[in-house]
Amino acid sequence: MRPFLVLICPVLLLLGLSYLLPFLGIMRLSFTDPVPGLAQYRTVAEDPLILSVIWRTLRICAIVTAVSVAAAYVVTLLWVRGRPLTRSIVELCIMIPFWISVLSRAFGWLSFLSNRGLLNTWLKDAGLIETSLQMTRNEFAIIVGMSHYLIPFAVFPLATAMRNLDERTLIAAEGMGASRLRIFWQVFLPMTASGILGATLLVFVFSVGFFVTPALLGGGQSVMVAELIYLWIFQTPKWGLAAAMSVILMLGVGSILVLLMRRYGRIAQ
Amino acid sequence: MTGTAQIEACSIDRKFGTFSALSGVSLSLGEGEFLSLLGPSGSGKSTFLSIIGGYDAPTSGKLLFEGRDITATPAKERGFGMVFQGYALFPHLTVAENIAFPLKVQKRPRAAIRDRVAEMVEMTGLSGHEKKKPAALSGGQQQRVALARALAYEPRVLLLDEPFSALDRNLRTQMQEELRRLHRDLGTTFVFVTHDQEEALALSSRIAIFNHGQLQQIGRPEEIYEAPANRFTAEFLGDINILTLDSAGGGICGTPIVLPGNAVPTGGHLAMRPEHMRLAAGSDGNQLPVRLRDRVYLGPKSRLMLETRGGEELMLYVENDALLPQLAAGSELHVAWDARHSFFL
Repeated sequence: MRPFLVLICPVLLLLGLSYLLPFLGIMRLSFTDPVPGLAQYRTVAEDPLILSVIWRTLRICAIVTAVSVAAAYVVTLLWVRGRPLTRSIVELCIMIPFWISVLSRAFGWLSFLSNRGLLNTWLKDAGLIETSLQMTRNEFAIIVGMSHYLIPFAVFPLATAMRNLDERTLIAAEGMGASRLRIFWQVFLPMTASGILGATLLVFVFSVGFFVTPALLGGGQSVMVAELIYLWIFQTPKWGLAAAMSVILMLGVGSILVLLMRRYGRIAQ
Repeated sequence: MTGTAQIEACSIDRKFGTFSALSGVSLSLGEGEFLSLLGPSGSGKSTFLSIIGGYDAPTSGKLLFEGRDITATPAKERGFGMVFQGYALFPHLTVAENIAFPLKVQKRPRAAIRDRVAEMVEMTGLSGHEKKKPAALSGGQQQRVALARALAYEPRVLLLDEPFSALDRNLRTQMQEELRRLHRDLGTTFVFVTHDQEEALALSSRIAIFNHGQLQQIGRPEEIYEAPANRFTAEFLGDINILTLDSAGGGICGTPIVLPGNAVPTGGHLAMRPEHMRLAAGSDGNQLPVRLRDRVYLGPKSRLMLETRGGEELMLYVENDALLPQLAAGSELHVAWDARHSFFL
């Protein structure tokens, strides 16, 4: 055995014990509890309520991913290519959220968006609205909360792509008479495509498994897959169903990753 | 120089803070010339090219194009072609799309673009590679795409920033040939930055030598090589032997020397190219006693490292077939040269 394999062994062992083994347990559970066979999977595939949760999850995650990546693109542009002062301010705004727990952030949004929260109060004081707008306990709140959490994660792949871009291609394009708009759409944006892809993957994969933010900001009204699994484990004893759902989630995310990396792996390099 | 000046630089200065990248550079360039800007790195040659192209602005001084002041004109309005160091190709576009880019910017008709791209592909020998991305091309091919893209819109002036620095020696020679051919066929003015003296000598109609941000000398390759204006130019371009003249009598270490132009100098330096010197046989011309310090075998010839009695080093090349094998370090020899090939520095 090569020496580096020996050195890497403890990590493999830890991962095997803490991730692989429990996952195999979940797999087993999904085929055995409460009845052996594929019954749990059939329920997931047929129950309209479960399907609607899956559909909602995919929809919210797609929107959140689009919003986060688009917003992160602008933020990263300011961070990488802005003036020094802009850069420092943006950098702070990216870093600070990392030090605040996901729970505090969800509560923050709750107090900002709720019926008697800051935003509604301001809007009323300004005379823009008569009665409070319903901005929590719905998908809007979930999307706001999740996007806010995920934007910084999208920033880093984008920043790498923007920093690696050969400045001279932009100078060359400008020298050939291209307008700023054309340079952005036809040179800058396609040249940072690898970063956009990376950010999209990262954010989507993170968002599919989100639990705290949707649970708090959705207020039980807009249940997503992770919350459903939680309910099945802790509130109603449907462990087999929860296990089946977990396996599907895992395989779904895994196959999206593999497919996209196959398709766009060349660009990412 | 052909006709009147196309480009004229008038005492161009460029300062970066307190650092002076260019100071007082003036030169004029005729249409259809091939000018090389030659100098060591940091000599200001690339900065000067950027200023001609409009990618950088001089701190003071003026730049004229066909008599018009273009000092403040941005690059895109000058319409010069530019081949960047590292090529700056668009990696996400194919060869054909790269070449078509400036034409699309100019909003030329689709059919005209297609024809022009085909023409450029043909001219630069890229046939069969139109649909490839730059990453799938060799260095030489990428270089050709950069040339084709810069020449696609028929610029009056083509600027090239060390275009061959990333290529290996054989490819370099080949690309130099192609560049000469393109220049001959198109009649476009070429301004070419390089730090390779041989490249500059082989390609240019004129060479401008830069050092420390100053223009040292500008002239035809043979003028610069055979009559360098100063010690820097003499030493930068090719090999040179520089010997200190005795303060009285015009000899070297007491040996009387025939000087060029029958001059009678007191002190100073006398310079000559190694290829104009030979090992003295008998009593011909100027002769100087030297001692052989080392001999470097180079295949067809050998380089002899010599030392005068005054301890000054000089070198010369000898054909290996004529070389006496008994030449060993420490041998006492005489070198000779024709006075017409020597000059004062």
